Amino acid sequence: MAYLEFTGITKTYPGVKALSDVSFGVEKGAVHGLMGENGAGKSTLIKILSGDLHANEGRISIDGQEQKYASTGDAFDNGVIVIHQELQLVPELTVAENLTLGRFPATSGVISRRRMIDEVSARLKSAGIEVDPRRKVKSLSIGERQMVEIAKAVMLDARVIALDEPTSSLSSHESEVLFKMIDKLRAEGKVILYVSHRMDEIFRLCDSMTVLRDGRMAAHHPSMEGLTREQIVAEMVGREISDIWGYRPRVQGNVRLKVENLSGSRLKAPASFEVRAGEILGFFGLIGAGRSELMRLIYGADPRHTGVLTLDGATVAADDPHGMIRAGLVLCTEDRKHDGIIQGRSIAENINISSRRHSAHAGILNRAKEVETAETYIKKLRVRTPSRHQDIINLSGGNQQKVILGRWLSEQGIRVLIIDEPTRGIDVGAKSEIYDLLYQLAEDGMAIVVVSSELPEVMGICDRLMVMCEGRINAEVARDDFRENQILAAALPDKAVPQSMTLS
Amino acid sequence: MKKLLLGEQGLLVIFVVAFALVAIFVPNFLTERNMLGLLQSVVTVGIVACTMMLCLAARDFDLSVGSTVAFTGMVAVMVSNGSGSILLGIAAALAAGTVVGWLNGFVIAKFHINALITTLATMQIVRGLALISSDGRAVGINDPAFFNIALSKFLTIPTPIWVMVALFVIFGFILNHTVFGKNVLAIGGNPEASRLAGVKVDRTRIYIFALQGLVCAIAGILLASRITSGQPNAAVGLELSVISACVLGGVSLAGGRATMTGVIVGVMIMGIAENAMNLLNIPAFYQYIVRGVILLLAVLLDNLRSRALGRR
Repeated sequence: MAYLEFTGITKTYPGVKALSDVSFGVEKGAVHGLMGENGAGKSTLIKILSGDLHANEGRISIDGQEQKYASTGDAFDNGVIVIHQELQLVPELTVAENLTLGRFPATSGVISRRRMIDEVSARLKSAGIEVDPRRKVKSLSIGERQMVEIAKAVMLDARVIALDEPTSSLSSHESEVLFKMIDKLRAEGKVILYVSHRMDEIFRLCDSMTVLRDGRMAAHHPSMEGLTREQIVAEMVGREISDIWGYRPRVQGNVRLKVENLSGSRLKAPASFEVRAGEILGFFGLIGAGRSELMRLIYGADPRHTGVLTLDGATVAADDPHGMIRAGLVLCTEDRKHDGIIQGRSIAENINISSRRHSAHAGILNRAKEVETAETYIKKLRVRTPSRHQDIINLSGGNQQKVILGRWLSEQGIRVLIIDEPTRGIDVGAKSEIYDLLYQLAEDGMAIVVVSSELPEVMGICDRLMVMCEGRINAEVARDDFRENQILAAALPDKAVPQSMTLS
Repeated sequence: MKKLLLGEQGLLVIFVVAFALVAIFVPNFLTERNMLGLLQSVVTVGIVACTMMLCLAARDFDLSVGSTVAFTGMVAVMVSNGSGSILLGIAAALAAGTVVGWLNGFVIAKFHINALITTLATMQIVRGLALISSDGRAVGINDPAFFNIALSKFLTIPTPIWVMVALFVIFGFILNHTVFGKNVLAIGGNPEASRLAGVKVDRTRIYIFALQGLVCAIAGILLASRITSGQPNAAVGLELSVISACVLGGVSLAGGRATMTGVIVGVMIMGIAENAMNLLNIPAFYQYIVRGVILLLAVLLDNLRSRALGRR
């Protein structure tokens, strides 16, 4: 039995199996890579390890002892430390204070600063981290903070350290320092789980690896010897596309929306593309590839630095959502909770918020018309709810998404619909309904842009695909040329893009 | 019981029960004279609560209302005295109030400065203006016609009460029947989602504060008329009474939830408590404690109600 052992881990949500019978082991002093597409179950597994989630079946053992954690604090006390992308440090405190938080060296309540600094300095030094313990965490770079976070793991004598995409915000130099630390931890006999999308890091660091796909073990490699990049990609994507997509070809019209050299503070490289009437254009990329940022710029949700938008041949002057809606372009955002639904307000309110301007006279509402609009879209989109008065917060994710679609479908003169992660957190049945709706809208001549980090989804429903990676449009692929491994390769942050791809 | 108190009509139930108890146990409460006196006493709070309701519903906050009421009352008196025209005085006060409110809104919406801090600042600035313009002294009204604003009656009920009732009706309508009102509630529910749904969030917030200033001016004019002078120290602490009344009336400090009827009931509960304490000759010092306890209970009730509704 290996030092860290997962046995038959299964996690189900209503309607979805997030993890199904995942079993593998990692030896002491080994770095184990965990790869898989977005939604494959990596984060779920890490969360179960850290006590954040509880598995429905299966068990985790460390050093032969079964581990049962009630909370993350519990896992922490048992030497399991997870380092997330968002770090858990107190910015206003110093490095030393952060590293001794909860157990300050003190005499009858008075902290001995010198003892604290000495203790932390010694630890940092032995770990090879060059950070002044007297500095406040908020003055550190992201990379330095990551180091401090890892130092925390070292100081607490962790047995198992899981790193979730640790290099996503690090420079290459900072990454290299991180890798050296990981090598050191390995030499000290820790178990390290390393989650990453970056193939080169996996090959640089890992002794063994597991590939997850749709919550199942797609492959387990006890050794990295003889493994190739291509093989891993194949294992990540090698699934059969079942036909929940119900794709229907359509007649496409003229260019509806043309985006030229659009950039903003979170999307530095200017992006350009166009989409035709009746077309469903997909945007694929890993999380952080800049897709949502691009869509927010188009919609005027974030300030644009450069760029010109043309709708049906006419330049769009509007630069905020208010104006873009009037120009005929709308966005369903990715994070429904944060910037989609209006909590505490009814379904009817959420549907009518924008389109009520058409029925209101001199700012006074036409209540009868609003009731009619709400009822129409609740029925048309099959929103499952006892009544239109229901607070939107009480609906399931799929039904919330439908209400937001109803908000935009009840608007008049919408020519472009951008929909970011249309089916995130939505069960399979509702997914098909939403796809079907998108086809209908496209058939009626709307131009539709679908953003998704689920490759099968964009491949299933889109006519054409733009692949983004690290803030740039990396490739453009027509439906006939959709090949999973090539699209994924273009989305992975690596310089080498296969020659067979059509570069934009 | 729990359902009754935490549900939609919970407040009304509390109000009816409180009213009945006071009517039974406090002598001289249920007389026409005392009823009119009670309504007179809540005019200022009631009027300002109309717009405070909008402000809180949009997740904002306004501490400057007390100062604005004093300042606009001062402006009304001084301009009337100086120009000899009451109408000019009223117009000047309304304009001054609107400007103060608009500035509040502009700073809060455009510079993204916390409403609490912004209005804490303007609260002191505007109070300072009221003190400077009168050199710290009360300014008496020259034209007796000015007194008549507060003294005049229509159908045996004093004008200020009519004004308050009219504002209740108007703001009830604004909240429920206009695009503006619905946008206010949407902003309070989720400002970012509202912006992305095409609501002009900044503009709406500025309007809310400008309206707040305008309504404070109305309250300021009526108050000056009633106390027959412009008092630079008038309406100190008004903001807290108004916010208490709104919260008591079920307006959520987390935004997105408000009803006009709730606010009216909140105002009346505050008024009844004070009125009953006066009738019972409870010393003013103790009344502070009671007011504080009522506010605390109101916040607790808001918390319980939110949880009952399944919101954080």
